[in-house]
Amino acid sequence: MSVLIIAEHEHGVLKNDTAKVVSATQKLGKSVTVLVAGFNVAAVAEAASKIDGVSNVIVADNAALEHQLAENMADLVVDLAGDYSHIFAAATTTGKNFMPRVAALLDKVQISDIIEVIDENTFKRPIYAGNAIATVQSSEDKHIVTVRSSAFDVAGDQAPVAVSSFDAVKENALSSFVSQQETESERPELTAADVIISGGRGMQNGENFALLNGIADKLGAAIGASRAAVDAGFVPNDMQVGQTGKIVAPQLYIAVGISGAIQHLAGMKDSKVIVAINKDPDAPIFQVADYGLVADLFDVLPELEASL
Amino acid sequence: MKILVPVKRVIDYNVKARVKADNSDVDLNSVKMALNPFCEIAVEEAIRIKEAGKASEVVVVSIGDKACQEQLRTALALGADKAIQIDTNERLESLHVAKLLAKVVEQENPELVILGKQAIDSDNNQTGQMLAALTGRAQATFASEVVVDGDKLNVTREVDGGLQTIAVNLPAVVTTDLRLNEPRYATLPNIMKAKRKPLDVLTAADLGVDVTPRITTLKVEEPSKREAGEIVADVATLVEKLKNEAKVI
Repeated sequence: MSVLIIAEHEHGVLKNDTAKVVSATQKLGKSVTVLVAGFNVAAVAEAASKIDGVSNVIVADNAALEHQLAENMADLVVDLAGDYSHIFAAATTTGKNFMPRVAALLDKVQISDIIEVIDENTFKRPIYAGNAIATVQSSEDKHIVTVRSSAFDVAGDQAPVAVSSFDAVKENALSSFVSQQETESERPELTAADVIISGGRGMQNGENFALLNGIADKLGAAIGASRAAVDAGFVPNDMQVGQTGKIVAPQLYIAVGISGAIQHLAGMKDSKVIVAINKDPDAPIFQVADYGLVADLFDVLPELEASL
Repeated sequence: MKILVPVKRVIDYNVKARVKADNSDVDLNSVKMALNPFCEIAVEEAIRIKEAGKASEVVVVSIGDKACQEQLRTALALGADKAIQIDTNERLESLHVAKLLAKVVEQENPELVILGKQAIDSDNNQTGQMLAALTGRAQATFASEVVVDGDKLNVTREVDGGLQTIAVNLPAVVTTDLRLNEPRYATLPNIMKAKRKPLDVLTAADLGVDVTPRITTLKVEEPSKREAGEIVADVATLVEKLKNEAKVI
């Protein structure tokens, strides 16, 4: 029995998360099939076929799958599930949406947000906002798993493998897509960026986030935010790093005006190097920071930009 | 329209969980417990829909030992009409919770079920989706706006990269994201009134659900600690260290 991975993609482009899920499944030593579900996704399927470790790709190219509604996605995965002992997807908002629906339809438990595969039915996952790591073993014969992609490396490249198509896609009558409002950004995506600079409540307002732009440009960084900054309306919520936002693990994370609440640390404390800039020397962020600078961010940010 | 809101008693979100010395679990002895923050938002949304004249009754349900009645009373004080406790001492898996809730849905027949998107203890983010699957209903997860439109809901969802709006037919299952609303506080008169509101107690056996565990927790560990860092004097030193010591820029 082999592994089925549901590909993560957007605007006809395969996302890195998929190659990270492929590497997460390597330890299982099973053949890997990637399912690409969407509309006009031939290029995504081709990209998936070139991920090292993938044996074949199934593409379900259908207008009903254009917006990956949970009902349609779950029915599709359930239809294909029979051949696989493991079904994996990235723990993105898409994967989190349809995977538990798949699990319940198959009457299986789901293991969410794993950070390590121990063996074919044993996994490690963080609980309590990352303050504890649980090793859990499932007694199921089919494992429905979502993967924290920041915990795994991107699998390499290979010569493309075969792509086959699945046409019997069902469309549900329960839900329909209305509209999408995307946050415009020229910068790297938060979950894929090597460097992230994040602002918190200390930024005081949305305009001041512009102070981070120049530094982000020079470092090729993505810009993030704490929940406090999002709740205060400084920036949109998809910039939020934390237990309830995005989980990131870049090479360098610069926290500016962020106190370091449990909720925020849950989203970034696996970063390789953490820098904290805060005027409060007692801020909890300094307990996890490799380099701390106790100073007023409005003095420091222009100086930092100039010195890069 | 009747709305069902499942709620969970969890460790207070301000408390840092401590792992037990024998690595069997997290230590919850004498730790402050509270209503899961996402469940609070779910209760608030249900009450707002009722206040807007679009719902007639809000029923809250919780699964756990007698202590979870405290959280049910909190929800009643916020404005829910009736509470159900499904009594168990086990810590159930999401699938079992969803199966128990599906039975409650069968009994109560609500047009709308609103849950939190995840509980801050297990961080699973599964129950709402599983309940929708088991009851054959549409789902709208991670909601930041819910608009009742006749026999449909228009729900704006927080997705990676922005917001997505979908329409779902009623009956439906919605899970709440943080920005759906700001929950109100219970007032003292309402807390007193909540003590007289009905609270029914059921068991898993009453509902005919097999809750045999399918997941074994082998070990619970502290995450690896980060080495203590250093405080640098100025920006120049910081940049120098990032370049030459950490080599990340």
